[in-house]
Amino acid sequence: MTDRTPSERADACVVGSGPAGALVAHRLASDGYDVVVLEAGPRFSRDSREERMERAVRPVDGDPDVWDVGGERDAYRSTGRRFYPLNAARVKGVGGTTLHWQGMVMRYHEADFERTTPDGATWPIDYADLRPYYAEAEAALGVAGASDNPFAPPREEPYPLPPFEPSYSDSLFAEACERLGVVTHSVPNARNSEGYDGRSACVGYGTCQPVCPSGAKYDASVHVRKAENEGARVVDRAPVQRLETDGDGRVETAVYATPDGAEHRQTARQFVLACGGVETPRLLLLSQSSDHPDGLANSSGAVGRYFMDHCYAGADGRLDEETRQNHVGFITTECHQFYDDPGRATQGTDGSVPRSDADLSPIKLEFLNYAGPSPVEMALSGEEWGDDLRDTLEAAYGDHVGMGGLVGQTPRPENRVTLDTSTTDDHGNPVPDVQWSLDARTRRSIERANEIQTRVLTEMGARAVSTVGPDETGPAYHHMGTTRMGEDPEKSVVDARLRTHDVANLSIASSSVFVTSGALNPTLTIAALALKTADHVRADL
Amino acid sequence: MELSRRDALVALASAGIAVGGIATLSADRDPPAVADDGPDAEAILSTLTTVAGVVYPSAVANVDTFVESYAAERLRRRPAYREGARATVSDLDDYVAVHTDSERYADLDTATAEAILHRLGVDSAAPERAGSISGRVRYYLVNDLLFALYASPTGGELVGIENPQGHPGGRTHSRRPE
Repeated sequence: MTDRTPSERADACVVGSGPAGALVAHRLASDGYDVVVLEAGPRFSRDSREERMERAVRPVDGDPDVWDVGGERDAYRSTGRRFYPLNAARVKGVGGTTLHWQGMVMRYHEADFERTTPDGATWPIDYADLRPYYAEAEAALGVAGASDNPFAPPREEPYPLPPFEPSYSDSLFAEACERLGVVTHSVPNARNSEGYDGRSACVGYGTCQPVCPSGAKYDASVHVRKAENEGARVVDRAPVQRLETDGDGRVETAVYATPDGAEHRQTARQFVLACGGVETPRLLLLSQSSDHPDGLANSSGAVGRYFMDHCYAGADGRLDEETRQNHVGFITTECHQFYDDPGRATQGTDGSVPRSDADLSPIKLEFLNYAGPSPVEMALSGEEWGDDLRDTLEAAYGDHVGMGGLVGQTPRPENRVTLDTSTTDDHGNPVPDVQWSLDARTRRSIERANEIQTRVLTEMGARAVSTVGPDETGPAYHHMGTTRMGEDPEKSVVDARLRTHDVANLSIASSSVFVTSGALNPTLTIAALALKTADHVRADL
Repeated sequence: MELSRRDALVALASAGIAVGGIATLSADRDPPAVADDGPDAEAILSTLTTVAGVVYPSAVANVDTFVESYAAERLRRRPAYREGARATVSDLDDYVAVHTDSERYADLDTATAEAILHRLGVDSAAPERAGSISGRVRYYLVNDLLFALYASPTGGELVGIENPQGHPGGRTHSRRPE
């Protein structure tokens, strides 16, 4: 029977076992500290992965069902101008949301750390501060990549693993992009291109998101196991209800619940919150007390505010030739050319992309390897069978091309996570209310991304080109900004050491500390910040 | 295009049923007993074979062996699936007994078997693990067979994709063709 009682002695209590929590726990445990990780969700058996993959392909289940998300435990509200599908955007369990992530891992650009928000906030660290941690994070996650991106920030060390080869459709895109002066380059992937760290190379199941049956795609259960091997203790199905402080303003106890209905109290010298961009502010708000009437670590009023995501922009069409889509479930080529300067013009060998003088957010462009229908998914949801079905599948599959893209959001205080006291979870706690909307700059940037994408597809000779623009966009499930970093305690929640301004023994390792969103997948930066957090916590122990 | 026992093995792997090798497949073992109060495993396999005659394209051959190899192991390894399939076949047989001269769906000729699926609205039904008979037939019988076929390399090749989603066929298929 699983022992979920508190540890008698803990140097550090980490809340959450996603990539941030797992890396913090592993680093501290490796240094000999007693570490307890409290994870709200269950520990998933590796033997269940193929069955979960079948759930991903068969239409009876939605993506949240693949990792058992939903129900009273995961109740939430979405009351902003845009609906936010929170339960499609996270996994609760050992490994956290990396269990269903896509696995794209790039370093944020130097410019990302130099951006200023509309209210004058800036990152208190720069790329150089994080650069060694990026290298460590790439080694930890096992990143396959190449140094062929002329827009990427400087790096000295090679990637731990060789890059994945460009796909066939990448080559079709590359030819058209060259004619337009659009630069293409490889994607760093936290996915084994060859055996690494005891895990196999990718075998092409094609269902990376939401599940990798082979384990070639990194997920944080890897570092949970490593942490446990170093002596850390991981308690699953133990949602933290609140943090309690002592008279000196330090966190003394994490109060957590267990499946038997009991509540337990875990004490520790240091506490690290690593439960994502939504549950982290929620837990701080749930930890409201007479000493912290607006929530823990919230003297600035910034907890929960400045919620950001990356907005999706896309375009697809069909060619008069084979494009070989849906063989693998990940992207091998992208473009950062419009990231630092989204309005820039290009001039190629036989065409151009015109300049835009609009005020724009960063844009990252992707060249998809899974455009158009997946035959097996289509077969399972169609209304035909036999020869009719085969004919339909044959006609529908094979000639699609598609581009995706991420557009950064401006941090705004009205986009926020609050507590909805009208609805409670399975423990009677108010659920998170995600209030999300698009501003004009983000909308313009999505339109700019569509303009470039359409130009590329047209150059390829694609027909029936359609776009996912500002009216149809959705989030990329990258929760950021709800406990922002900063030097000013009146405007931010954590300092450059990732420690909360208000509470001396409480740190936060999460994308919730991001000051600006950029437009790059955030997990490598989350991992780098987690390793930095661990170093600071270690110094305080 | 001939479906092989290797295809069945691959389909089982795609469904999360790891088997040690071809020798472990059902032809070498008795099918599992299912329940005392409904169709046994052999009857379920017969029903699945009849459904496959309807939903599989005419271009595939050796359907009987493929279905038996795939489904027997699946029934053996997945108790929840086995129970759902048993109850669904039982209800389908009851429907057939009322609406045809036959007692079992498995005994129908292909044309009648297809007509029954259409009369039940299985083609347009949403798959369900529990619920209406049409939804359950779609889930346990029709979609299970379609998943087994189109997530296999042979089924993929039928429609132009050598490494369909769900099949660990490697990464080389996304490269430029030789």
